[in-house]
Amino acid sequence: METKAEVVKSANPDMAELRINMGPQHPATHGVFRMVLGLDGERIISVEPHIGYLHRGSEKLSEGENFQQITTLFDRLDYVSNFNNEWVYVRVVEKAMEIELPERAEYIRVILAELNRIASHFLFYGTYGLDTGAMNPSMVGFRERERIQEVFEAVSGARMMHNYFRVGGVKEDLPDGFVPAVGNLLDHLKRGYDDARDTLTESEIFIERTADIGKLSAEETLDYGVTGPILRAAGVDYDIRKADPYSIYPELDFQIPLGSHGDCYDRYMVRMLEIEQSIRIVEQAISRLPDGPIQSKVPRIMRPPEGDFYVHGENPRGDLGVYLVSKGGTVRPYRLKIRGPSFSNLMALSSMLENVYLADATVILGSLDIVLGEVDR
Amino acid sequence: MSSEDFDKHIAVEFFDSVKRVIQGIPCDLGNSRDELEIKLDRKYLLKIAGLLKDDSSTDMKYLRSLSIVDWIEDMEAVYHLSSVNHSNRIVIKIRVPMDELLLDSVIPVWRGADWHEREANDLFGVRFRGHPNMAPLILYDGFEGFPGRKSYELAEQDTFYGD
Repeated sequence: METKAEVVKSANPDMAELRINMGPQHPATHGVFRMVLGLDGERIISVEPHIGYLHRGSEKLSEGENFQQITTLFDRLDYVSNFNNEWVYVRVVEKAMEIELPERAEYIRVILAELNRIASHFLFYGTYGLDTGAMNPSMVGFRERERIQEVFEAVSGARMMHNYFRVGGVKEDLPDGFVPAVGNLLDHLKRGYDDARDTLTESEIFIERTADIGKLSAEETLDYGVTGPILRAAGVDYDIRKADPYSIYPELDFQIPLGSHGDCYDRYMVRMLEIEQSIRIVEQAISRLPDGPIQSKVPRIMRPPEGDFYVHGENPRGDLGVYLVSKGGTVRPYRLKIRGPSFSNLMALSSMLENVYLADATVILGSLDIVLGEVDR
Repeated sequence: MSSEDFDKHIAVEFFDSVKRVIQGIPCDLGNSRDELEIKLDRKYLLKIAGLLKDDSSTDMKYLRSLSIVDWIEDMEAVYHLSSVNHSNRIVIKIRVPMDELLLDSVIPVWRGADWHEREANDLFGVRFRGHPNMAPLILYDGFEGFPGRKSYELAEQDTFYGD
């Protein structure tokens, strides 16, 4: 791997293209991601992304595991929104086996998944502050995320990698004092959200740094298969929780924040407004949390019928899809394809980076909010 | 299959509009639960993809995913499509024979197919005609074999400790 900058002869003899490596060990790439940038002075003229450093073969590995074991692999895809990942996986098995869930399990899942969305967006807030040159947001972002993870630890026993969702329900009931703890947490999060808004959202320096940078139109985002906050920042009203509703989302009152410019600032803003909406969802769900069983009756050894099943869900980063092919009567999936939102979102990077200043590269990459565990799988 | 046989999840109007859009192209229409399923020969792939994307009644502007399934005697390419304006979904399934693992690249229709096709080439060895850059994407340069295939044994691999 070349580590030094090299000068490549270009067609124009007066102008040489300077090629530099950014990554794989670079604080602004949010994981092991490398891109080779061709520069003409301060401007980027070519981009060559390299991924795969974190490829563990999750799809192939899942062909050797039974249906209960695979949840652990999904925890490790998008490792900052674990509950959301587990949820999409257990839903595909539930769809295949036509399992109905007890109501309490659905509420628990929604509460945890939305808290996870808030945690993920707070993490984005912190790291995006760093990407744009502000130190303080990372303190606020990580502080609020840690509060949420304390609740997750009380529920599942782990801050991350929870392995808590089960086919047909959840592992165990919520701990004593969960409801007041979440009420307390939400009060903290609202204060943290106000702190966050004061430091970045209205900061003139931040707006100068992000507005009109890294624009993607609605057509381009769709063409690349970009989903999630980036798609909505371009003004496309597509959120799977509304477009293809699942679980108890139709009964909850929330809105889908939309941007209009498709630039970095709008992407940031959409995520911040989603924190507000997710807090609303958690408030509603926690006030209606029913009593009852947390697990429906499922066979101890699961053998889904023959066929193929596709399920998707709205993750903090976009549309996570799982395609399950079952041969029928087997305890393992025949094929499990994972469509990670970060994978498609990252694909649009090259077109955004061309002809921008090198200093904007980190701002644009940060606005995509990728998680390499999910890109590489 | 007639419209009446359809699963309750798929609107009859949508089924009819798909039939109208792709008329003249030999294919099997069916349903895979809540998705409309189209099975066809690979030579019609690019044509049908363009038709489904451009017609406003089908509006398949969003390629959700491209999966390859190794059925040992042949491979199957599965394209999941969706519209973002209405929630109708289509899945295209194409069988690819093992002795010629080649498909038309759908990048002219959906640019987002780029990395999906490179990944399919990495893991399953399916090549795509017209793809601008088929270099390894998620495997390192010089990796031997196709780790997605059923014939690839995980246990046989030595532990990799680096150089």
